[in-house]
Amino acid sequence: MLAYLIRRLFAAAVMLVVIILVVFSIFFLVPKWAGVDIALSFVGKQADPAAVEGVREKLGLAEPIYSQVWEFFKGIFAGRTYSGGGDVTHCAAPCFGYSFKSEQAVWPVLTDRFPVTLGLALGAAVLWLVFGVAAGVLSALKRGSLWDRGAMVVALSGVSLPIYFTGLLASAIFVFGLKWFDGRYVPLSDSFSGWFGSMILPWVTLAFLYAAMYARITRATMMEILGEDYIRTARAKGLKEQVVIGKHAMRSTMTPILTMLGMDLGALIGGAILTETTFSLPGLGQAVLNAIKNQDLPIILGVTLITSLAVLIANLVVDVLYAVIDPRVRLA
Amino acid sequence: MTTQRTSGRRKQALAAAAVVAGLLTTAACGGGNDSGDSKSGAAGFNAANNKVAQADQVKKGGTLKFVTTQDADSWDTTRGYYGFMWDFARYYSRQLLTYKTEPGAEGAKVTPDLATDMGKVSDGGKTYTFTLRDGITWEDGKPITSKDVKYGIERVWAQDVLSGGPIYLQQMLDPKGTYKGPYKDKAADHLGLKAIDTPDDKTIVFHLPTPNSDFLQVLAMVSGSPVRQDKDTKSKYGLHPFSSGPYKFQSYSPGKNLVLVRNTSWKASSDPVRKAYPDKITLDISTNQVDSDQRLINGDYDVDASQTGLGPQGRQIALKQHKANLDNPVSGFIRYAVFPQSVKPFDNIHCRKAVIYAADHVSLQTARGGPIAGGDIGTNMLPPSVAGGEGQKYDPYQIAGANKNGNADLAKQELKACGQPNGFSTTIAVRNNKSQEVATAQSLQAALKKVGINADIYQYDGSQSPGIIGSPSNVAKKKLGIIIMGWGPDFPTVQGYGIPLWSSKYILQSGNNNYALIKDKTIDGLFDQYTQTLDEAKKAQISTEINHKVMEGAYYLPFTFEKFLNIRSSRLANVYTTDAYSGYYDFVNLGLKSTK
Amino acid sequence: MTELSKTGAAVGEPSTASPAPSAFLEVRDLKVHFPTDDGLVKSVDGLSFQLEKGKTLGIVGESGSGKSVTSLGIMGLHTAGQYGKRKAQISGEIWLDGTELLSADPDHVRKLRGREMAMIFQDPLSALHPYYTIGAQIVEAYRIHHKVDKKTARRRAIEMLDRVGIPQPDKRVDSYPHEFSGGMRQRAMIAMSLVNNPELLIADEPTTALDVTVQAQILDLIRDLQKEFGSAVIIITHDLGVVAELADDILVMYGGRCVERGPADKVFYEPRHPYTWGLLGSMPRLDREQQDRLIPVKGSPPSLINVPSGCAFNPRCPYADVPKDNVTRTVRPELTEVGSQHWAACHMSQEQRERIWTEEIAPKL
Repeated sequence: MLAYLIRRLFAAAVMLVVIILVVFSIFFLVPKWAGVDIALSFVGKQADPAAVEGVREKLGLAEPIYSQVWEFFKGIFAGRTYSGGGDVTHCAAPCFGYSFKSEQAVWPVLTDRFPVTLGLALGAAVLWLVFGVAAGVLSALKRGSLWDRGAMVVALSGVSLPIYFTGLLASAIFVFGLKWFDGRYVPLSDSFSGWFGSMILPWVTLAFLYAAMYARITRATMMEILGEDYIRTARAKGLKEQVVIGKHAMRSTMTPILTMLGMDLGALIGGAILTETTFSLPGLGQAVLNAIKNQDLPIILGVTLITSLAVLIANLVVDVLYAVIDPRVRLA
Repeated sequence: MTTQRTSGRRKQALAAAAVVAGLLTTAACGGGNDSGDSKSGAAGFNAANNKVAQADQVKKGGTLKFVTTQDADSWDTTRGYYGFMWDFARYYSRQLLTYKTEPGAEGAKVTPDLATDMGKVSDGGKTYTFTLRDGITWEDGKPITSKDVKYGIERVWAQDVLSGGPIYLQQMLDPKGTYKGPYKDKAADHLGLKAIDTPDDKTIVFHLPTPNSDFLQVLAMVSGSPVRQDKDTKSKYGLHPFSSGPYKFQSYSPGKNLVLVRNTSWKASSDPVRKAYPDKITLDISTNQVDSDQRLINGDYDVDASQTGLGPQGRQIALKQHKANLDNPVSGFIRYAVFPQSVKPFDNIHCRKAVIYAADHVSLQTARGGPIAGGDIGTNMLPPSVAGGEGQKYDPYQIAGANKNGNADLAKQELKACGQPNGFSTTIAVRNNKSQEVATAQSLQAALKKVGINADIYQYDGSQSPGIIGSPSNVAKKKLGIIIMGWGPDFPTVQGYGIPLWSSKYILQSGNNNYALIKDKTIDGLFDQYTQTLDEAKKAQISTEINHKVMEGAYYLPFTFEKFLNIRSSRLANVYTTDAYSGYYDFVNLGLKSTK
Repeated sequence: MTELSKTGAAVGEPSTASPAPSAFLEVRDLKVHFPTDDGLVKSVDGLSFQLEKGKTLGIVGESGSGKSVTSLGIMGLHTAGQYGKRKAQISGEIWLDGTELLSADPDHVRKLRGREMAMIFQDPLSALHPYYTIGAQIVEAYRIHHKVDKKTARRRAIEMLDRVGIPQPDKRVDSYPHEFSGGMRQRAMIAMSLVNNPELLIADEPTTALDVTVQAQILDLIRDLQKEFGSAVIIITHDLGVVAELADDILVMYGGRCVERGPADKVFYEPRHPYTWGLLGSMPRLDREQQDRLIPVKGSPPSLINVPSGCAFNPRCPYADVPKDNVTRTVRPELTEVGSQHWAACHMSQEQRERIWTEEIAPKL
């Protein structure tokens, strides 16, 4: 188990370095190839050539790409100082770049917004796991019943309705119509109950989408598992049916669900843009949307990296959990 | 102005949810009493458009709540270029002169602020001398001196650090760029700009190399605000500008929210302009236009800070349910197509005219959103809000008159005169992120086809405009014969609007805005004459003349004099639109009817 | 042993009119039918037999003959965990130690499972849960029926693993099924099924998935353990060889019905049904060298939806035309006594069968 863990950790570390290199290249090489001048977007309507040159110097865009990559890496561990035109800006370690559009280091933006997105993703995940898996198991046990058919129709609609539709519908009904919720984000640091209240609608809406998928997967997996010989063995032992389903069948059913969960959580941390926009949550998705609007490359770069990192970590956690659940994996 | 929120793709996506909003129009009706004259209710449709609504009901105190879907480009007075930022910055910054806090055209006039009067002009319009008022203070209670004003203006020269803002002050005071900005200034006090003298703390003298009649207008822009050297955090100044106005920054999270509270050091007696009614001003930055529109309609927020108007479904709901809370002002923007003379056959005026006559102007207006959301059919190139602008009264091509649905016969005559009797082929360049612009391109394409002009539509990334349509060599290479664009004034004069578009001096190799490549000695001469004329009536007359010359050259096909639909909450008092900020509400003197 | 009172079985006393039998296990006219889209699958269609404690019954037949369905029927596993609309239809009576199981409360039957009756499955790899250790699975089986702490149960598990011949049981108890060899897994499976000293052990093809040398070891183990525990054992197999030395009685199934039943000696040496002859013919025998003379049963097993009319075996029976009037194809033969405790269902006369066996079949074996 330990050897397995070390192997996985090492692979993850290598992966991380590769991701940083690739992402960095995409962000700094592609505009170069496409002939897009990033510096131009920093100056006003009347582009003064001297100003453009000054901005380019300060951003370090004039330097060769390998030196830019090196500076970036160094910045992560040692911090970085940007200077130009008589102005000095220090970006403390871990420096994931500095946004000259909003005049702030990228790392604090990430740490400020990451908890919002994480809270959204985790809260929704709890909901969709509980309800999705429960609905899937019930459907599998009562297959062909009215419940099963009803649940699967709901699940299908959940999968096919886009979040901005369900989200806006939910907002329209519960915020503007019934006024059950204020619809404004309250930071966790302000008040737990306020935060919880402001997250209910986003959680439920997001969970609705995913619960649907999880219900379908759970149903299919559970039906397959119930046909396994070891389930018959469990019954032959005289186990109560609840234990047969809840322990023996569930543990096997959890494996594919867990794999999916790892991917979904990771992806959600970077990809909750629609949900965050719909509910005006100040998370990473919103930050990246703003950054795209403003062509704020350092923020986009930072969010992309943190997202890759999240996917990486989520998969690492899944791999470990997978090994905990399925002892056969540990050999691999 | 550069601020434009019309991100077409997003609007389209969100418009998909219009059904949802439609379902709930009744439930959403939380804005209170709509009867026009009610004390607590809304003032009525267009009640604040060029006039003051409910000025007598204003009470001191309360929290004024702004919302916006886009943060300012920077809150640094030197760096901001968004119109709403200029409007908003008056809360925490003062200038030597500022715009009158009055509705409509009167609001575009300049009035003393930090200065005691409009200044003494001498040396044939090349020297301006101002005296500062007594009792003007920074947020820490220290007096604002002439050196602070000079330093604030000097910052405009530091474009490499403080990029993004307008540079008119530099262009008028030091067009050759001999000064390198305060951060590279070798002088001990960093006040080395020779164009400005500060003989004492109360006096400031400007020396212009050549006279410019709009100098006072330019001084009134927020880029002319004082900045105190010991509080200058350079590129980070926009995170917390040091206040000279009635409000100061309490907190600011970029992209999230901004809270202003009273600056207790500010004295009302020292400020003839600002009334400072509310106790607190909040600005929430939302990324969801549908949501923020809904909250504006509900009255959760008082004003849309970005002042770009309601989105499509917000507009529908508001017009049905809360019409009395709406104003439909003319923005300074004109939407148009422009013909680069470097692309054949647009070097020939008759071919340009052929396109103007062939276009279906009603269809173009519809593509822009119709009379309310789009605006009136544009008939010339000077915005009605700019002095000298005539609106639809000046219509040399009968765009809003006889030819409003297109005149194929006239177009064909012009084609013949151009030597292209069977028409020709060309390309229309349009920004891909603006759905209305794409729609106008399609409308134009269809109309041109009827007279034998075959136009391809070339869509490009709007954020790359400076390098694509702003590069004359690229335009010629790609044969972009028709470019679709929009433009608004930086300050409400012909110079603030038209110089970058029409002066031969402003043809640049990158970031060019004179797309038509107009090199007309008459126009250049008129601009020179304008800058040396101090009389307002004469200035307006020259402006009109410039406009006529531009139209006679047939360089432009105007689409609309843009209008937008803005909503004000029923809590607001003393609301009016001002031409100083292109028909935006004048933020600085907004008040609340109730302090709760 | 002073365990939970097994005679507390009175809870599920059946309300059926039939008197309780004297045998330890008695199956009467058992029918297990499965409704499917294609029709009713009659997997078991009227099966009866008895089994005493300490005795071993071998149920022999091809796949699809209903032998596994029978064993699952006894265990009550057709009704447990039946999801969806298509439930198995079971009728008849199954008496275990004085209790009729089919009419008993399902929860009562559940409590009997694993304690009173236990089962060993064909493929121990798929029958053991891959995610739990062998020990955990045995401990669980023990603790369902005994209120003991985990330590005690673990000691019991190690003791059982030792008993079935697993080396270093205190270490292997923490191994996972995939870490065991096939034979070891089956030993562990046996340990698990015997952990509660069941009085009835059903072994469903216990050696099919194992290689030949291991097969013998497992069979020896089952025999030894049976002697030790005194349980009744049902061994289900398609291979007569497996039960040759183990079974006291043999029951041959074909098409969901019993075609021959009797003491092992009789069935082996005086079989009275052509299908049994076929099975004997296809049995590889270590004590003879005539491997090349195997006589397989030609054709394939009958459809359980459209069972052939008359004798179900008639399409494959080389002697189907021996009885007159086409009776084999129209009338279903009943089990008739052909010797002491020896029954067979065939239209041929006793004499005909005796003659065919002694003259045509036996010499070739």
